Amino acid sequence: MTLPNAHPMITLEHLSKVYGAPGSTAAVDDVSLTVGSGEICVLIGPSGCGKTTTMRMVNRLITPTGGRVLIDGQDTTAIDTVALRRSIGYVIQQVGLFPNMTVEENIGVVPRLLGWDRARMRARAAELLDMVGLDVGQFLGRFPNQLSGGQQQRVGVARALAADPPVLLMDEPFGAIDPINRAAIQDQFLAMQQKLKKTVLLVSHDIDEAVKMADRIAIFRAGRLEQAGTPDEILVAPANDFVGGFVGPDRTLKRLRRKRVSQVHVPLVYSVGQQVEVAVDGCHGTIQVDAAGLVVAMTADGRAIGPVSVRMDSDLRVVVSELLRLAVPWLPCVDGEGRLRGVVSQAAISRQVSGASVAASSDAVSKQGGGNAATP
Amino acid sequence: MDTLAYMAKNLPMIGTRAMEHLSIVCVAVVLAIACGMALGVFIARHPRLAPAVLSGGAIMITVPSIALFGMLIPLLSTIGQGIGWLPAVIAVYIYSMVPIVRNTYTALVGLDPALRDAAIGMGMDSSQRLWRVELPNSMPVIMAGVRVAVVMNIGITAIAAYIGAGGLGTFISRGITQTDIRQLLTGAVAVSLLAIASDFGLALVQKRLTPRGLAPLSH
Repeated sequence: MTLPNAHPMITLEHLSKVYGAPGSTAAVDDVSLTVGSGEICVLIGPSGCGKTTTMRMVNRLITPTGGRVLIDGQDTTAIDTVALRRSIGYVIQQVGLFPNMTVEENIGVVPRLLGWDRARMRARAAELLDMVGLDVGQFLGRFPNQLSGGQQQRVGVARALAADPPVLLMDEPFGAIDPINRAAIQDQFLAMQQKLKKTVLLVSHDIDEAVKMADRIAIFRAGRLEQAGTPDEILVAPANDFVGGFVGPDRTLKRLRRKRVSQVHVPLVYSVGQQVEVAVDGCHGTIQVDAAGLVVAMTADGRAIGPVSVRMDSDLRVVVSELLRLAVPWLPCVDGEGRLRGVVSQAAISRQVSGASVAASSDAVSKQGGGNAATP
Repeated sequence: MDTLAYMAKNLPMIGTRAMEHLSIVCVAVVLAIACGMALGVFIARHPRLAPAVLSGGAIMITVPSIALFGMLIPLLSTIGQGIGWLPAVIAVYIYSMVPIVRNTYTALVGLDPALRDAAIGMGMDSSQRLWRVELPNSMPVIMAGVRVAVVMNIGITAIAAYIGAGGLGTFISRGITQTDIRQLLTGAVAVSLLAIASDFGLALVQKRLTPRGLAPLSH
């Protein structure tokens, strides 16, 4: 999740933007932030907090009045503005696909500016459409007005990736998409990011989106950077009341979203086609598995329950939700094929979220009370 | 019946006059498209100039055509062209500028700001933005201005007969001076038909110039 030793790709040094006469209120006030190569950094805050202005200073759509921006160590004022923008992918909430161009031509905008030949542009457009989950044969020749909002933004993301820029700027990219499609497109973007390892600056006003997507979150208020850190760091130790209010009183539940069953489960060794006795880590009961190793039924604390299980890659919010629904203290967890792998217990989850050391790995053992300490 | 007989007998002459008529309108409108679009783009990029240019145009269009022809006579007499084809072209050019400039400006400032943001953010320079994004997506509105200019000026050109520019207005002016209803009707019908045919032809051009990805405008 965190890449502590990542090479810095985007560095903001004392960045400021003041509109009007000097001394007026700053839209962005002395913001310093480093985003490591391959990280997704989410800029978040209420409307007018300066997050979008900050992002737009990176590709110089807005000229800073103070400080500087380094990309891969190079001061952006030393790079030709147009060349700089062509080397940075740009995605906006309104998508901004050009209505006069087909999907293929839209994806090919930057490659064409860079002078690629036609065959290479077409191959790239097809490759990217496939990557964002749209059928190449069906969509390459379509016009934007023939696409749904979600499809348009998928093309918008493909367009930003066309020339394979190392850096992506995304201004509320999924904000205008309905919740179901939004979750799907977020998941797909994260899956793509696993392979592409772009350095992403993403503006959002949705803390859930930030927790889901971010390697680092930067919280803004009134032009100032209030706190920057991993989602876990911010959820465990909000720097002040504003950040605490922004992340919400259910911040512990939000933390669970970024943790996986595989981080807290206790593995079980068993033989297929039998009843597995469980007596580990506060889990007491039996699990029945069939000849293929699939969970058939379980008994927890003397209560018989049907074939319920959670997957190893489920996030802990899902597990807690299931534990509450079934009123049991633990559940079996299974692999992608549905075969029993171990158990996950409420006790293990509690230990995971009450750990004081936020950057520590999954084996952090609990010490109560450390979670609310203010960061210096 | 008299009129129809007159028309039939003078068909070649009607054709010649129609060609004269069209030559005035076409030359003037083609010039006005080039200059008008350029001026429209310019005031869209410098919005502080827009109100002055647009209201100047609105005033120009209120000057009666016959008065404008009259004003051009002493001006152009200095180069020996006080009457005839040239002043007619100049007057029609001036009238054509107004709808073309206005529609170009309106189309450009009315474009979705996200297109501009995306185009700049992706690294298009000013002229790439204009030619690849702004003008193609403004075509339906600009062409609507061209159609207004052509139809309006086919009517105005009829009056240019009074300054010896020829054209279908010749039938009308002679019909009036000779109190000959046949010539008058011939001129009037021919001017109307020419306007309708031109508008129809331009509608086809508009359709061709409108990118397929834009829903066609409904007029």
